[in-house]
Amino acid sequence: MIAVADRNRFSGVEIALRMRGISKKFGPMQALSDVSFTVRRSTVHALVGENGAGKSTLMKILAGVYQPDSGSIEINEKLQTLSKPSEALAAGISMIYQELDLAEHLTVAENVFLGMELPGRLPFTMDQKEMIARTTELAKRFDFKIDPMAVVEELAMGDCQIVEILKALTRNASIIVMDEPTSSLSESEAAMLFELVRALREQELSVIYISHRLEEIVGLADDVSVLRDGRMVHSGSMATLDIPKIVHHMVGRELKDFFPARNVNIGAIRVKVRNLSSGNGVESISFDIRKGEILGMAGLIGAGRTQVARALFGIDRKTSGAIELDGCPLEISSPTDAITNHIAFLTEDRKRTGLCLELPCSWNVTLPNLVAIGMKSIIQPGRENKIVTDIARRISIKWLGPQAQVDSLSGGNQQKILIARWLLAESKFMIFDEPTRGIDVGAKKEVYSLLNELAAEGKAILLISSELPELFGIADRILVMRRGRLVGNVNPEETTQEEVMHLAAVEATQ
Amino acid sequence: MSRLARQLLPFGSLILIICTLSALKPDTFLSTDNFLNVLRRSSVNGIIAVGMTAIIISAGIDLSVGSMMALSGMVGAWVMIVIGGTNPQGAALVIGTFAGIVTGLACGSLNGVFITKLKLPPFIVTLGTMSTFRGISYVMNAGKPYNIPHYKYLNEGVVLGIPVSVLIFAVIITLAGLLLRYSRLGRYTYAIGSNREAAFHAGVNVDSYLIRIYALTGLVVGIAAMITTSRAVSAQPTAGVALELDIIAAVVIGGASLSGGRGTIIGTLIGTLLISFLRNGCTLLDISTNVQLIVIGAIIIVAVAIDQLARSRAAVGQTE
Repeated sequence: MIAVADRNRFSGVEIALRMRGISKKFGPMQALSDVSFTVRRSTVHALVGENGAGKSTLMKILAGVYQPDSGSIEINEKLQTLSKPSEALAAGISMIYQELDLAEHLTVAENVFLGMELPGRLPFTMDQKEMIARTTELAKRFDFKIDPMAVVEELAMGDCQIVEILKALTRNASIIVMDEPTSSLSESEAAMLFELVRALREQELSVIYISHRLEEIVGLADDVSVLRDGRMVHSGSMATLDIPKIVHHMVGRELKDFFPARNVNIGAIRVKVRNLSSGNGVESISFDIRKGEILGMAGLIGAGRTQVARALFGIDRKTSGAIELDGCPLEISSPTDAITNHIAFLTEDRKRTGLCLELPCSWNVTLPNLVAIGMKSIIQPGRENKIVTDIARRISIKWLGPQAQVDSLSGGNQQKILIARWLLAESKFMIFDEPTRGIDVGAKKEVYSLLNELAAEGKAILLISSELPELFGIADRILVMRRGRLVGNVNPEETTQEEVMHLAAVEATQ
Repeated sequence: MSRLARQLLPFGSLILIICTLSALKPDTFLSTDNFLNVLRRSSVNGIIAVGMTAIIISAGIDLSVGSMMALSGMVGAWVMIVIGGTNPQGAALVIGTFAGIVTGLACGSLNGVFITKLKLPPFIVTLGTMSTFRGISYVMNAGKPYNIPHYKYLNEGVVLGIPVSVLIFAVIITLAGLLLRYSRLGRYTYAIGSNREAAFHAGVNVDSYLIRIYALTGLVVGIAAMITTSRAVSAQPTAGVALELDIIAAVVIGGASLSGGRGTIIGTLIGTLLISFLRNGCTLLDISTNVQLIVIGAIIIVAVAIDQLARSRAAVGQTE
C-alpha cells in the first residue's frame, strides 16, 4: 500500500534514493523487516522513530556499515551494492554522526580535504593554497560563514557541523544523512544549522534528517518517514502531518495523557538554598523546594543550570552559599558528601558522567548505594542482583538481566539504569538534569510518571530541562536562569512558554 | 567469538603449551620437580601481577614495579645487616623482611599520591619513580649487593611438600581474587577504570581508592622482593630490571584491558603461568633467552589482537 502511495507522490520528481524491501536480523532480533524508503532529490526528509525502531540500522546499511539480509538500494536510479563504507561514500552518501568525526588539530581546509589532499608540486607535499581556495569557494556557494584557516578545536559546535557538511560536499555527496545534529547545539546554533540544511536543499542535495525533536522537523522537513519496531509505518509529505500525528505513528497510540495528572500534595520546605555561587559561573542563587514539589529550571544552554546542580552536589567548589535540608545546614564538598546527605543528581551526560558502560547493570545501579544497602565492605552478589531486579521491575527496564552490560541496552533503558540508581538511594532531594534527553516518546512518558510518583512520596525535585512543554506539563513552579543568575520564578499556570523564553533569552532593560 | 571463548583462549593456549612440551620432552618436562620449579619461578611474577591487575583494571599502569622490587629488597637486607651485623640471623631477618615489605608499601603509596594529588598520568609518574627507585637501590651500597647468607627460608622452606613461596603466591592470589570480586574496593576499582568521571559522580572517593590500589600493589611487590632476595641470598640493586614488561604482558594476556574496566585475577594467573611455561619450555628445548624474547613479544601482540578482533565483532553485533 505504501509503495502505491509512493509512486503517486513521487511521480514526475527525481528520486535520489530508493531502498526497497530491506530486512536485517541481528542474532534472534529482527532489526528491520521489509522496509522501503524513498527520498526525493532536493528535499529534506525526516526519519523518525522511537529508540530501537531501526533508524540507525537503516542508515548504517545505507552507509555500507551493515549489509542487509535482503532488499535493494538504488542511488540516483542506479542499483548499488554497498559492501563497505567507502563504496557508500563513492556512491554519494555522506553521514554526519552525532559525535562529529573531525581531526581537531587540523584546520578547516585540511579537514575538508582529509584523505583526498590535493598534491603539491613536490612529492609528499600538498597544495594548501588550492585547498583553502576551494574550501572558501564552496563555503561561499552555500553562503556558509567559516574561516578555512581556523583550527577545528577552536570552533564552536555549530561551526564544526559546517566543516562536516563541507567535507561531505567535497566528496560529491548527493545525499547527506544527519543524525541528531542539534543535540549538542545551542538554540542560535541550531537555527543556523537549519539555514545550512535549507541551503543544501536549494543546491539539489537531499538531506536525511534524524531527530527526536519533532518541533524542529515540522519547520524543516518536506517529507517524513516513521519507523516503528523495524517497520516503516508511515512515509509521506510533512504538509499533511503535525506533531500529534507523528507521535501517533511513532508509538502507535495517542498520547492524550502525555503529562500524567499530578497528585500534588506540597508540604513544608525541604530544601533551602541561599546565595549559592560557584567558581563555575553560578552567581548568588537562592530558592526553596517544598516536600512533594517539582521545581522546574529553565534557561538556554550555557545559562548555568547544570552548574547550579554541580555546585549543589559538591562537584564544583562553592564560593559562597548555604544549603539546608529539612532545616539542617549541610556541608557538601564532594559527591560523596551529597549522597550521604540524601541528595541525588541524575546527570545530563549519561555516557561521560553517568554510566560505566562495560560493567553490568547491577553494578551501575548499586555504585553509589553499596554502603546504604549494607555492603560497606563485602558485596553479596545474590542479594545485589535481587535488589536491582526488584527496582528494574518497578520502572520496567528491558534488559537480559542484572548482569548484562549496560551498553547492550537501548538509550532509554540506559537512562532508566541511572534512574534506578537514584531510586535505590532513596534520596530526599533529587536533581534531574535533562532526564528525557535522547530518549523516545514512550520512555519520556514513563519518566514523567516516575517524577510524579517521587514527588507524591514527598521528595523535593529540581527538574532542569530545555524543553519548555515538559516544564509546563509537570513542574509546580519554574525558575528561569540567564548568565548564571536567576531571572524569574514563575507559576506555569499564570504564564506562557513565550514569556519564559523571553526571560531566558532577553537581557532585562532597565 | 563468544565472550566465553575469549576467556577460555588463554587457558586453552596454556593447556596446549603444556601438552606440546609433555610430548616433546616427556622425561624432563613432566616431572614434579620441573613443575614445582616453574611454579616457584612464577610466584614472584605472579604476586606482582596480582597488584598490576588491579592497577590496570583501574585504567592505570605501574612501570616502577621492577625498581620497587629492587629497592624493597635492598632496604630489607640493609635493615637485617644494621640489626644483625654482617651475617644476620633470626629476629634480624624477620624484622628486615617486614622492613622490605613496608618499603614496597611506601613506594606504592608514593606513586598513588603523586598520581592523584598532582593529577599526573600514571605512566609518567611511574616512569619517573622507576628511575628514582632504581637509582636509590644503586646508591644504597654503591651499586653492590647486600649478602645475607642465612636468609633462605622464603625460597627453600617447604610446608606440606609445597614451597613457601608458592604458598604465599596461592594465598595472595586467592585473597586478591576475592577482594576484586566481593569487596567494595574491588567494585570501585572496576568502576574507576571503566569511567572515572562517572565513579566520582556516583560518590566514589576516586583519589583515596586509587592510592589504596597503588599502595596494595607496593605491598605485594615488597613481598615478592623478599622472596627474590631469599632466592639469591642477597639483595641485588639490579633485581627486576625489565620485570614490568613480563608482568604487564601476563596481565594483558590474561584478558585485562589497558583502557581499564576489564580484567580478572584468574586471567592473570593463567597469563603468568603461560609465560613461565613458555620460558621453561624454551629452556628445555635449548632455545636461547634471546629468542624467548621474540616469542613472548609475538604472543603479547597476538593475544591483544585476538581480543580487539573479538571486541570489534561484538560491537558490530550490537544494534543501535
